[in-house]
Amino acid sequence: MADALVVVAEISKTYGEGDHAVHALRGVSLEIRVGEFVAIMGPSGSGKSTFMNLLGCLDTPTSGEYLLDGQDVARLSRDQLAVVRNRKLGFVFQSFNLLPRTSALENVELPLLYGGTPPAERRARALARLRQLGLAERAAHHPSQLSGGQQQRVAIARALVNEPRLILADEPTGNLDTRTSMDIMAIFQGLNHEGITVVLVTHEEDIARYASRIIAFRDGRVRSDTVVPDPVDAAAALAALPKEDAA
Amino acid sequence: MTLWAGMRSALRALRVNKLRTALTMLGIIIGVSAVIAMVSVGAGAQGRIAEQIRSMGSNLIVIVPGSQTSGGFRYGLGSQQTLTEDDARAIGVEVPAVEVAAPTVRGSAQVVYGNSNWSTVIQGVTPDYLVAREWSVRNGRMFGQEDVDSAAKVAVVGQTVAEQLFGDSDPVGQTIRIKKVPFALVGVLEAKGQSSFGQDQDDLVMIPLTTAKKKVLGTTVQSNPRAVRDISVRVRDASLMAEAQEQMRSLLRQRHHLQAGQDDDFSVRVLADIFAAQEESARVMTMLLAAIASVSLLVGGIGIMNIMLVSVTERTREIGLRMAVGARGRDILAQFLVEAVTLSIAGGLVGIVLGVGTSATIASLAQWTTEVSPEAVALAFAFSGLVGVFFGFYPAQKASRLDPIEALRYE
Repeated sequence: MADALVVVAEISKTYGEGDHAVHALRGVSLEIRVGEFVAIMGPSGSGKSTFMNLLGCLDTPTSGEYLLDGQDVARLSRDQLAVVRNRKLGFVFQSFNLLPRTSALENVELPLLYGGTPPAERRARALARLRQLGLAERAAHHPSQLSGGQQQRVAIARALVNEPRLILADEPTGNLDTRTSMDIMAIFQGLNHEGITVVLVTHEEDIARYASRIIAFRDGRVRSDTVVPDPVDAAAALAALPKEDAA
Repeated sequence: MTLWAGMRSALRALRVNKLRTALTMLGIIIGVSAVIAMVSVGAGAQGRIAEQIRSMGSNLIVIVPGSQTSGGFRYGLGSQQTLTEDDARAIGVEVPAVEVAAPTVRGSAQVVYGNSNWSTVIQGVTPDYLVAREWSVRNGRMFGQEDVDSAAKVAVVGQTVAEQLFGDSDPVGQTIRIKKVPFALVGVLEAKGQSSFGQDQDDLVMIPLTTAKKKVLGTTVQSNPRAVRDISVRVRDASLMAEAQEQMRSLLRQRHHLQAGQDDDFSVRVLADIFAAQEESARVMTMLLAAIASVSLLVGGIGIMNIMLVSVTERTREIGLRMAVGARGRDILAQFLVEAVTLSIAGGLVGIVLGVGTSATIASLAQWTTEVSPEAVALAFAFSGLVGVFFGFYPAQKASRLDPIEALRYE
């Protein structure tokens, strides 16, 4: 298919050798097309984290093929993978992973720093992303001066700043309250509507129902792969929340 | 990432834990300042010796009487009076490389002026002596050859003697008594300071050679009245030193009727050589001091390595994040290396200030000459940077080889 962004074929990952080998992934094949919003679910030990690491080019598979945006990335070296991550991927983590004692702006600039973008352009692009996420006034603040939701917005801005082909979010709402979680999911939905492909790992059904496709993992294999015809609109759900919940 | 950006982020990382950074830097600070202070002490000693050579005159050769065999007995160096005024004159006339050859006799006596007196060295010399020793008169004049010829009772005193006998008043024109003989004081010598052997070179009175022999020092029983204690020779040019030595030696051997195979009864000493040996030993001392001081720099480097390893462990998640957004191994390596080098160079800069201060303190407290050379400062600084690279490399490499997945999950 022409607009397939991710193509994995019979991908497997084994840790250790011989009797002690742990088969984290046992042959997974799937495709993710440009513009999809995929939620990956599964209990711990199901292989979803391993799959996420492979998808994020943080690791290479033991066997199988992985084409990201048409490029074979299954056999790249560490440094080559770093370049792929820098150019094509954006990460959002459960614990935000912002650099402490570093301003929001500089945190957002980080991927551009390693991409070799000149300082002035770096600043302008990072600021534009912060503005997009409603944090232009907080650009000079350090993470410790920001709320959890604001920190995650900074992290999203950082994931977006190098205009990646794919956003990978690993339990992005795991450390947030319900209202803030909805807010963050609304952002992901908004980005998805603009055409950005998002892959989200979560174990919460509530969060997964915002996605347009849910892939469930179990014992290192895909157990189910369902298209959600009419995902819940996070912004509408947020507006429907009772007012007294407002922080 | 540019070096400047790297430095800035390194400085920020180092500011986070100020006390730890300061303590880590202390090792380098002590190392660098110790190297600079020690080298400055050594260089000061070397400089003083070099100054000596200049004050002695670099083209100076001193001929002293040597061992002499007489009836089967060998007498010690200088114990015999084998050199004479005529030897000196012959050297001056017959050796072309020689500018002047000044014979000297020496003794000690009590010098009296009014009701003050001072025990000092009395030197009987000719005016050429000042030429040979590159010395001059500060106040008044040196006595002339005519004073020597007529055995005039005139004297020139050194700085120390002038101070001891006359205090602040002008000695020129006054009369002093040496062994009850009155001398008209015609000049005061330029101050020459201490010799490298610690003698005060300004504690002396110069009188004409002839006067010294006849009226003050007398002549010893066994010897001939023409004998002198030593001959100071000034060679025209430093390049002629070896030639002059050889010519003087053969001239004196001939004059002293020495057979081939017989030992010289005199000894030719090139003072520059003696000082060169001293300078060499001072140089060795400097290097030894620097080497010992460098050990503390090394210890400081180990401190840096230790703290960088702690820092890498503490910032594992940060490293994982940086890798996730696209930092390659070499980016992480550079980051931590720059941090280690920033640490050691900052320590080096403080160490330079402290080292220069220490050397000034040593100079004023111990009254030693110290000399802070720009080379030593540059070397110590460069070395501190090198220590940063060397000891920062292992922790930085460790950081660059972390697995991004594990680093991101690190608690």
